[in-house]
Amino acid sequence: MSMDRMNGAQMVLKALAEQGVEVIFGYPGGAVLPIYDAIFQQNQIKHVLVRHEQAAVHAAEGYARSTGKVGCVLVTSGPGATNAVTGLLDAMMDSIPIVCLTGQVPTHLIGNDAFQEADTTGITRPCTKHNYLVKKTDDLGRVMHEAFHVARSGRPGPVVVDLPKDVLMKEGEYTPAARVKHKTYKPQVKADRAALEEALDLIANAKKPIFYTGGGVVNSGPAACQLLTQLVRMTGYPITQTLMGLGAYPASDPQHLGMLGMHGTYEANWAMHDCDVMICIGARFDDRVTGRLDAFSPGSKKIQIDIDPSSINKNVRVDVPVVGDVAHALEDLIKLYKARQIRPDASALKDWWTQIEEWRAVDCLKFNQDGKIIKPQYAIQRLYELTKGRETYITTEVGQHQMWAAQHYKFERPNQWMTSGGLGTMGYGFPAAIGVQMAHPDALVVDVSGEASFMMNMQELGTAIQYRLPVKVFILNNQYMGMVRQWQELLHGGRYSESYSEALPDFVKLAEAFGAHGIVADDAATLDEQIKEMIEIDKPVIFDCRVDASENCFPMIPSGAPHNQILLGPPGEDNDAIGDEGKVLV
Amino acid sequence: MSNEVEEIVTHTIAVLVDNESGVLARVIGLFSGRGYNIESLTVAEVDPAEKLSRITLVTSGTPMVIEQIKAQLGRLVPVHKVRDLTVDGPSVSRELALVKVVGSGEKRVESLRIADIFRANVVDSTNESFVFEIVGKTDKLDAFIALMEPLGLVDVSRTGVAAIARGTGSI
Repeated sequence: MSMDRMNGAQMVLKALAEQGVEVIFGYPGGAVLPIYDAIFQQNQIKHVLVRHEQAAVHAAEGYARSTGKVGCVLVTSGPGATNAVTGLLDAMMDSIPIVCLTGQVPTHLIGNDAFQEADTTGITRPCTKHNYLVKKTDDLGRVMHEAFHVARSGRPGPVVVDLPKDVLMKEGEYTPAARVKHKTYKPQVKADRAALEEALDLIANAKKPIFYTGGGVVNSGPAACQLLTQLVRMTGYPITQTLMGLGAYPASDPQHLGMLGMHGTYEANWAMHDCDVMICIGARFDDRVTGRLDAFSPGSKKIQIDIDPSSINKNVRVDVPVVGDVAHALEDLIKLYKARQIRPDASALKDWWTQIEEWRAVDCLKFNQDGKIIKPQYAIQRLYELTKGRETYITTEVGQHQMWAAQHYKFERPNQWMTSGGLGTMGYGFPAAIGVQMAHPDALVVDVSGEASFMMNMQELGTAIQYRLPVKVFILNNQYMGMVRQWQELLHGGRYSESYSEALPDFVKLAEAFGAHGIVADDAATLDEQIKEMIEIDKPVIFDCRVDASENCFPMIPSGAPHNQILLGPPGEDNDAIGDEGKVLV
Repeated sequence: MSNEVEEIVTHTIAVLVDNESGVLARVIGLFSGRGYNIESLTVAEVDPAEKLSRITLVTSGTPMVIEQIKAQLGRLVPVHKVRDLTVDGPSVSRELALVKVVGSGEKRVESLRIADIFRANVVDSTNESFVFEIVGKTDKLDAFIALMEPLGLVDVSRTGVAAIARGTGSI
């Protein structure tokens, strides 16, 4: 018998090991029992048992985003697979490399409406980068290695491998990774020289330039982030980062204008609107970033560097498209920049910075912490000040707290910030934090949360306790689905339809019920002490931070408005900030 | 600026794909999911040894949307090549239709006469009906079918467009 003969389930484990997988997040069930049996009989790969399959994918996303590795998921057929769908689409939208193994009914039952059968490849086709249904055990090794290749190469994304139970139980010939070459999938990594030269012509002659960078820089890796920092400093040009891009360039640097977009800073959005050359790197002109498209940065020439050609010219027509990996493109760009001895136009740049400093002087993120009631912005600011000195990872849920975290926590390095940007998935942050903590057992991992988002995946407290993962859930509790309420305030006459968090649990007792620790904070004066207590406790903590319930998230570009109509605070009575066209937008 | 009204153009796109299960669903799902038009789509295996199929698509949209369609097709994992036959030099395109006409007397004779002009063949005949086979460009088929309408047209089956570049080049 050949060395490489084994059953399908053993092949799965062997392929995972060959791919360097250390942790897999999953939940057992009938169709995947053979894989669970193979897991039981080995010690190389650690399995983390989640409490819901959606959380398995988010945990794998947190793991992937904080390490740069592929995150791995194992779920059963039918409901196991359908529960994973939200996580898969989340990973798709934010370009997170995931391999998700789903069980399937045996091949002879496919199509028979068998127990726990779902058309998993059909359901997941639009929410994965690619998916496979393995029909023969002999194909399994090849498909597993292809799946990892597709997930991590080019623009990363989730890949599903659907595994019928009979394929897992039969014996076959294993194909090792070294023998697998993908026939078609070869993304362009190196950028075209002529396109880079053209980009440099624009960069060299810019009077009012801006770098606009996104999650693609983080995905390209730490080298890309260093090269970005190098190029930005060489030019002296301002930079703004998207929600997904935060951390690629250090937030405390004076050239950094903060985040742009709907809740971005006044200076970043105005600079985007008024610039003459926009250098977009690894960002995709999302509607949260552009605002009204036909008034988006009307006077600028645009350069876009992206590894995915379909991200270029999708929403906004660019003048110089550059297809390639960010790190490769930046390395070449810096070489050419030096070779051509480019000197930016110092006097134009001085005027541009003078203008930017005027916008910055507006101090758009200011808030007034006065008295006992904790302002949510203040809570984030204190969290930042008290955690910045240590290895800290921040995840978030979705809503006002997410935007406040993005605005007020200063991210100095990449892979430190995990948030659901594209899909906007409430319930993402807590399981993501569990995934981050698995990868970084000694680090401080904080899920900045809202009370409503937390309740979407709070069952994962069980997981955190079981694996002794001391994640901190920092809830900005305003007893509202805050962002929903904010929009109801702006768009629907303050009729807060179903956006009040009724019947909230006692979070301290909830924590205690699971064996975690609970803290309630409702006084600004003692907040620091309590945050320190949270950090010091070596187990999961739910931190119920009762914040000013009426606070809204500003600045804000109202939907359907261009960047230069950014609001610094609530519009006045007669100020119709959002037109009818804007009201249909989300 | 993007508020200029962009004209709608029609393009014929050839796509070489792995002939594996689900590949057509990926292509069609891309069009329905992103709201693109499909005016015609044909698919068949063209290289049994390499297991490759060729999809010929006719689609319409603004030039920016056509660019998007090509880029989106190109990033599907089982896609080998995407070629825009409308812009990449001259090409030939053909479509086949089977057209059933039921009638008698002068109308029946007239349908035969028109079929002759269009060089359509009769591939089935009864005392009351003909099935014509016609090959040509889409607009020729459209014209033929329009003329058959008053002559007793009851059924049409069309293959959709197959297209290929002129000259020595291949996809």
